[in-house]
Amino acid sequence: MKLVIGIVRPEKANDVLEALYRAEVRGVSMSRVQGHGGELDRVETYRGTTVKMGLAEKVRFEIAVSDEFVQPAIDALCEGGRTGEVGDGKIFVVDLERAVRIRTGETDHGAVTPVGT
Amino acid sequence: MTEIDAGDTAWMLIATAMVILMTPALGLFYAGLVRSKNTLNTFMMCVAALAVATVMWALVGYSIAFDEGNGIIGGLDHAFLRDVTFEPRDGTTIPHLLFMAFQASFCIVTVALVSGAVVERMRFGPFLVFAGLWSVFVYAVLAHWAFGGGWLQEKGTLDFAGGIPVEMGSGFSALAAALVVGARKDYGRQAMLPHNAVYVLLGAGLLWFGWFGFNGGSGFSTGNSSVLAFTNTLLCPAATLVVWFALDLIRGRQVTAIGAATAIIVGCVGITPAGGFISPGWALALGAIAAVPSYAIIVLRPRTRVDETLDVLAAHGIAGLTGILFIGFFAQQSWNGVSDGLFYGDAGQLGLQALAAVAAPAYAFVATFVILRVVGLLMPLRATEHEEALGMDIVQHGEEAYVTGEGAILIAHEADGEAVPPVASRF
Repeated sequence: MKLVIGIVRPEKANDVLEALYRAEVRGVSMSRVQGHGGELDRVETYRGTTVKMGLAEKVRFEIAVSDEFVQPAIDALCEGGRTGEVGDGKIFVVDLERAVRIRTGETDHGAVTPVGT
Repeated sequence: MTEIDAGDTAWMLIATAMVILMTPALGLFYAGLVRSKNTLNTFMMCVAALAVATVMWALVGYSIAFDEGNGIIGGLDHAFLRDVTFEPRDGTTIPHLLFMAFQASFCIVTVALVSGAVVERMRFGPFLVFAGLWSVFVYAVLAHWAFGGGWLQEKGTLDFAGGIPVEMGSGFSALAAALVVGARKDYGRQAMLPHNAVYVLLGAGLLWFGWFGFNGGSGFSTGNSSVLAFTNTLLCPAATLVVWFALDLIRGRQVTAIGAATAIIVGCVGITPAGGFISPGWALALGAIAAVPSYAIIVLRPRTRVDETLDVLAAHGIAGLTGILFIGFFAQQSWNGVSDGLFYGDAGQLGLQALAAVAAPAYAFVATFVILRVVGLLMPLRATEHEEALGMDIVQHGEEAYVTGEGAILIAHEADGEAVPPVASRF
């Protein structure tokens, strides 16, 4: 059981969702975050005040999956999120100690396996 | 030569300012309909019309529209506003200069209307060039046909406040523009939703307010035709709203806010050509009828491949065409003092209206198609796919509508030698 965290460009978020759906990875959380990786700073000007936007808008996916779905989830994040330019984002995979489905009290594998599959 | 009338002039000064407000109102309306990353660019296209169309109007547009010339196109005697002075404009009791300013406000908002077809992907530079050319070669020519002594006006086609140049002109040009520029990259593949329905409603409300100057000013006086058009501008959109609510209920069981905003526009457009020519009762009927074809096009258009993004064709082209034809049926000499429609005994008027309903859309479509193709040869019309994904606000203007300021570093100090450390090094 792993937690796959993918941080991608906001404009690619829909493509990632599509790719995850095609890979039959279900159970996704998504949040808007601001972050800074290696990409170039964006320069903006407001009434003569020029600023460098150090933080870029990103979308953070959190996907808890059983072991056999780790690779499909990673592949989907890469496929949907890649543009080839600096700033496409990163994927982190971390061990998941426990998972509980609140409705039924199911734990671990049962909790991260979607109902009906 | 008529005399200047103080009351008429006072009203026309106010009416002109009201119509000028319609352009930023349209900017708000359009900005609410696009995705948040394109808010500023969409609004800026309307601001661009205030800039480019005004200048072109003063340089040549006004002359081409309102100088005598021939039936197709006006002359250049008023180019650079020559001989546009405090003397009354022929046939009115207001200064020629004010007449020019009032007509300029129409040109501006019409150019802004066309932008609705190409938002979210057209580059800003080519749009500026297009706006300048379009205001002269399409708007001014159609305005000449309808108002400036051109062939339609000579034949007796009735258009009170711009159903021909403003509404059909913008609507059918929008269709051509959408075809030349092409669809947005995600069109038909991803849901692209309006990002702020409140802007849309507020924009529609301000447009309606401005429209009282637009229609009410098109009699160039405080006389009967202006009062009639003003009142009809209240009645007609109200009827459109009621029918739109009903259509929404039948179709989706809920009355939608963006639908209501659209209905206000459709109603105002419908009454634009007919305002001073039909009775208040028929204005209510026109509002009700005009809702139907525009509603149908708005429902059907997204099922096609034509990404006419903000439905300028449905809201302006089709509603304007409905209004133009409606005059042919229900114009009433006892109200307008000019002409009767078919229903009141003059079938010929309907023929003249139908002529305009064919000629104006055809010219607008073809001329816009050619202008954009030519501009497209000189510079790319569209942003790249990557830029489109990033959003036109950042790419075209280097600004965002909803900036948080978090992580923004002032870089003006770098010139003093002491470079501000980039944000990454402080993590």
